[in-house]
Amino acid sequence: MAFAASFALIAPELVLGITGLLLTLVAAYGGDKFARFASIAAAVALGGAFALVAPSVCAGASGMETEAFGGLFRADAFAGFAKLMIFAASGATLMIAPRFFEKIGAMKTEFPVLILFAALGMSIMVSANDLLTLYMGLELNSLAAYVLAAMLRDDDRSAEAGLKYFVLGALASGILLFGMSLTYGFTGTTSFAGITAAVSGELSTGMLFGLIFMLAGLAFKISAAPFHMWTPDVYTGAPTPVTMFFASAPKVAAVALLARVSMEAFGSQVDAWRQVVIAAALLSIVIGALGAIGQSNIKRLLAYSSINNVGFILIGLAAANASGASALLVYLAIYTVMTVGSFVAVLLMRDAEGNQLEGISDLAGLATTRPALAWALMALMFSLAGIPPLFGFWGKFVVFQAAVEADLLALAAIGIAASVIGAFYYIKIVKIMFFDEPAGTITGEADKAHWALLLICGVIVSPLGYFLTPWLGSLADMAAASLGLPG
Amino acid sequence: MIGIEHYIIVSSILFVLGVLGIFMNRKNIIVVLMAIELILLAVNINLVAFSAFLGDLAGQVFAMFVLTVAAGEAAIGLAILVIYFRSRGTIAVDDVNQMKG
Repeated sequence: MAFAASFALIAPELVLGITGLLLTLVAAYGGDKFARFASIAAAVALGGAFALVAPSVCAGASGMETEAFGGLFRADAFAGFAKLMIFAASGATLMIAPRFFEKIGAMKTEFPVLILFAALGMSIMVSANDLLTLYMGLELNSLAAYVLAAMLRDDDRSAEAGLKYFVLGALASGILLFGMSLTYGFTGTTSFAGITAAVSGELSTGMLFGLIFMLAGLAFKISAAPFHMWTPDVYTGAPTPVTMFFASAPKVAAVALLARVSMEAFGSQVDAWRQVVIAAALLSIVIGALGAIGQSNIKRLLAYSSINNVGFILIGLAAANASGASALLVYLAIYTVMTVGSFVAVLLMRDAEGNQLEGISDLAGLATTRPALAWALMALMFSLAGIPPLFGFWGKFVVFQAAVEADLLALAAIGIAASVIGAFYYIKIVKIMFFDEPAGTITGEADKAHWALLLICGVIVSPLGYFLTPWLGSLADMAAASLGLPG
Repeated sequence: MIGIEHYIIVSSILFVLGVLGIFMNRKNIIVVLMAIELILLAVNINLVAFSAFLGDLAGQVFAMFVLTVAAGEAAIGLAILVIYFRSRGTIAVDDVNQMKG
């Protein structure tokens, strides 16, 4: 009976996994002419999984009845909230990718299959309630992601991005795994609940090593400084729809995982990990802001922007209370929308032959040649910079509020100061678009699906997004409450 | 008498060797793949030693999963290496520098 209940809890994962396996067969026997069909089927599966997860988030599911398979897996509202973002971002990738790959004759049936397996891995990651589940989800996601980065087999840069992502991702998994083995050795258990019970007193040196190694491995995955060095190269080299995917869904999953490991499994050892998280947060904000200055490739600039944003997310984590967890989720949701929007805008940068452009100089004078794109990109850039009245400001606001509530005044002050520095390069792009001589290189036709997605993201980041705040806030509060944190 | 510390020391040495192998190696990406395997095997020594020491089976089950994933990881790594070699004609670490900045 408990077994049947467990299967009901993993219904979204079952949908994704079974569809993924069936589509693998379609790809193996049908070949590339089924690429469109596979994309649509994968998007439908993601939509189905989304619909299956949504009720548990709205009901704020928490407690024992959300645990499946003897506590290995946990389908609570926190995991559900993260899953909704993951499935939405994966679906958006499937929506825009076919057009991009068909243009260069590289659309493969394997692409939607890999996206599905990556989404399945992330979904397991955020629901992990045991070190073993955590590792399996993380690797399922990573292995699919390595192949996705190298998707354009004939392109030098894509192959190199895949190689770099693979080597550094595998190293990160190794470091994380070493930390998990030490944690297992010193606590005698792999379950998060068992770890919480075992580490309640003073931390032993071995246990401290285990915790630090695990944090370092997860910091790699969310590309927080000082473990960010792979991000700019991989984001530049990977095909743009894949970059959009990397910047959104896996980041959500890894941040949610990091939050669960640190706040739940090591919830009684806040003092041990808080300094590490604060250091990573400040370094990420500063390195993300300074690294972006002087970049000439827009994808590389957005990579640094994502490092910068991870820093703000980590401030929410450093608060280590319920409002911090809630702020983290709200920031992640807004960040996902902004990132997806920015990369769709990058996809819309095409020359007359339909080739993809990536130079920031190509944006010059866009306001006169392509006003709609220029205005949308301006809204996204100002939102990423956190300038009111755009929606990105709300994310930063709740994060800093949580930090102040947790008495981390210095952290909040430095974060706000650094976000002003960070605003420089976003505003520079707006300046190039609106005040420079038109470069006139962006003349290509755009796809309707791209425009539709850009419009949705544009409306959400515009001041209209504030109508979402009560709803988003209450969902995030319920999700954070399911972690069982103080205050 | 060989205690748990000896196992941890050996596995830590292997782990550090693996990490150094990734960063200090300037010649060949195949060596990087070997270094990654070394890291995963160091973890396995840890898991199995702790499992035996604690009298708890979970660590050995974990080690089996790690072995399986390591096999998948090696397969994907070699596949990416092959497409990289096809487009560049070299697998020297120093030549992996198309993107800079």
